Amino acid sequence: MHYLIRHVRVNSETSQNAHGPEQNGQPGAARPPRVVETEEDEDEELTLKYGAKHVIMLFVPVTLCMVVVVATIKSVSFFTQKDGQRLIYTPFSEDTDTMGQRALNSILNASIMITVIIVMTLVLVLLYKYRFYKVIQGWLFLASLLMLFSFSFIYLKEVFKTYNLATDYFTVAIIIWNFGVVGMLCIHWTGPLRLQQAYLIMISALMALVFVKYLPEWTGWLILGAISVYDLLAVLCPKGPLRILVETAQERNEPIFPALIYSSTMVWLVNMADTEWPPRRSSAEALAAPPGDDGGFSSSWVDHQQHQLGPLQTTDETRREIQELPSARPPVEDDDDEEERGVKLGLGDFIFYSMLVGKASATASGDWNTTLACFVAILIGLCLTLLLLAIFKKALPALPISIFFGLVFYFATDNLVQPFMDQLALHQFYI
Amino acid sequence: MGIKNPFIDGEVLSFTSPPFSPCDSLCAPPLLRAFFWLVSLLLASLVWFISVQISNKDSAAQQKGLLIFGVVLSVLLQETFRFAYYKLLKKANEGLLTLSQEETMPISIRQLAYVSGLGFGFMSGAFSVVNILADSVGPGTIGIHGDSQHYFLSSAFMTMAIILLHMFWGVIFFDGCERQRWWAVAAVVVSHLVVSCLTFQNPQYVGSLVPTYVILLAMAAWAFHTAGGSLRNLKLCLTCKDTDFLLANHRPR
Repeated sequence: MHYLIRHVRVNSETSQNAHGPEQNGQPGAARPPRVVETEEDEDEELTLKYGAKHVIMLFVPVTLCMVVVVATIKSVSFFTQKDGQRLIYTPFSEDTDTMGQRALNSILNASIMITVIIVMTLVLVLLYKYRFYKVIQGWLFLASLLMLFSFSFIYLKEVFKTYNLATDYFTVAIIIWNFGVVGMLCIHWTGPLRLQQAYLIMISALMALVFVKYLPEWTGWLILGAISVYDLLAVLCPKGPLRILVETAQERNEPIFPALIYSSTMVWLVNMADTEWPPRRSSAEALAAPPGDDGGFSSSWVDHQQHQLGPLQTTDETRREIQELPSARPPVEDDDDEEERGVKLGLGDFIFYSMLVGKASATASGDWNTTLACFVAILIGLCLTLLLLAIFKKALPALPISIFFGLVFYFATDNLVQPFMDQLALHQFYI
Repeated sequence: MGIKNPFIDGEVLSFTSPPFSPCDSLCAPPLLRAFFWLVSLLLASLVWFISVQISNKDSAAQQKGLLIFGVVLSVLLQETFRFAYYKLLKKANEGLLTLSQEETMPISIRQLAYVSGLGFGFMSGAFSVVNILADSVGPGTIGIHGDSQHYFLSSAFMTMAIILLHMFWGVIFFDGCERQRWWAVAAVVVSHLVVSCLTFQNPQYVGSLVPTYVILLAMAAWAFHTAGGSLRNLKLCLTCKDTDFLLANHRPR
């Protein structure tokens, strides 16, 4: 979840391809001549202005994803029912007799999840370092296959159940088949930008719903907190896996995998001729590769996938990787196009934001007030992160600030504001 | 409602354009504003919660008193945060101005006032009414225990009044701060307190809704005047003959 700011660093990097090391696939990122000429002030001003524009470009998809998750949770009760099923990564149940036991169980669950994520991330770094590209590619392919077919089928089934719509298998098969195949094409190959964005939002929402359903309550909150910390460490520490990944990718001047990254603009030409990816893929990627922080594969998703398909490699790392990797598109020739300066946000970010808001709407006693508060808090965190990105001009983790605000506002609103608002509403006092 | 003529000084509040059009820089004022409102509410709730915990929970009168205290505190905190927001925006705008070296700000302080008041109002309104809306889906019967039958209606009207009032207060407040007219600022705070205190009379809605709407109309006129509007402007705007605006927006007459 590293945003890619589109502007370039002022100091001219002497890297062969014009992108600065920390610019992840910012398409517009590398314009060395322009950078050199540009005064720092103008650059900064541009940064802030475009930063603001990018903020808006990201607000819409993040909001949409959250809206989908909240709407589903409110209407389809399947996602809030606890039917005793758990992911294998959270083996300890939270139905215990004492609070202490419950706390202990949730801490253990969260640690197991985070450990799995770390391990997978390291595996991914190793795979990438030793150039097992096909393995990673295949893995991501299988992962998105699972999401687009299996999970959406379950979702559709539950929606039909909720609204009591009788449908025959043939219709459902046709719908799911088309949905899945078009999704695979859009994400891994090429397709209209809006469609691709829509698919990415949908799979993020699906993943977030899976998390809301299958993670026990306290475990979910702990995981949110822990993964923000991990995100912070992995991106900013010199020995962090993500950092290693980015640096390796930069050394090799390679593009990122067609991983799950939400991109707000069309990407450009690719000159991946000398990379191992088929050029077609590259261009597709160009279209589709917003680096997802967690490659949009949340750990649970990963876990789930592992669960179903055997060990998967989507981890924060991969995601990061993907995210971090500069969408490695060399900048396009016609440069002064502002549209090219898109923003990329990892799908993992989408997933965790939506998961937080989903949990808020599912379990809060303040209900809509809490959901609204979390929503505003997350968006403000996103704003701040983009602002910091504009100021520091290097890859930053997108999770920590937003999740921190989100958690603070969730607990504060649920416990402090909600009783107050309740009393006010009871007496119809207005503030 | 929208503000026309972003680049010309005499802006007029009109009821047509959407609020965010010329907003290239600082596009998140309403969201930031909503955040500020939330924080103010949080602080007020914190104080109220603590006071409730240390008070006598059985005494209904005391609880009501504490609630009233909470309301007043919340109003004062909201206005404080409005002022803090004004300061923040001013600084940010100045910063952007120096960076861009343009002569005029791309977005004027009046538009910011409007947009921020809107953000404040939306958040305030949303928090007041969204749970009621969710409950109104049903099933249920209003006032089955003898309470007022007009609960939903009055809540709706009150919420609308509050949202519009926040917008007007925002414009007047910012203008007062800009021109150092502290009496205008004080008037905003006082009228906010008055409106909130009027709601203490609910469910005698006549006592609360009618004065609130009177204040709303007064504030509307004041804000309109503050933003540079006049009867002449209004007439030109409504009959689509406002040449300045048309030119600025490249529309044929």
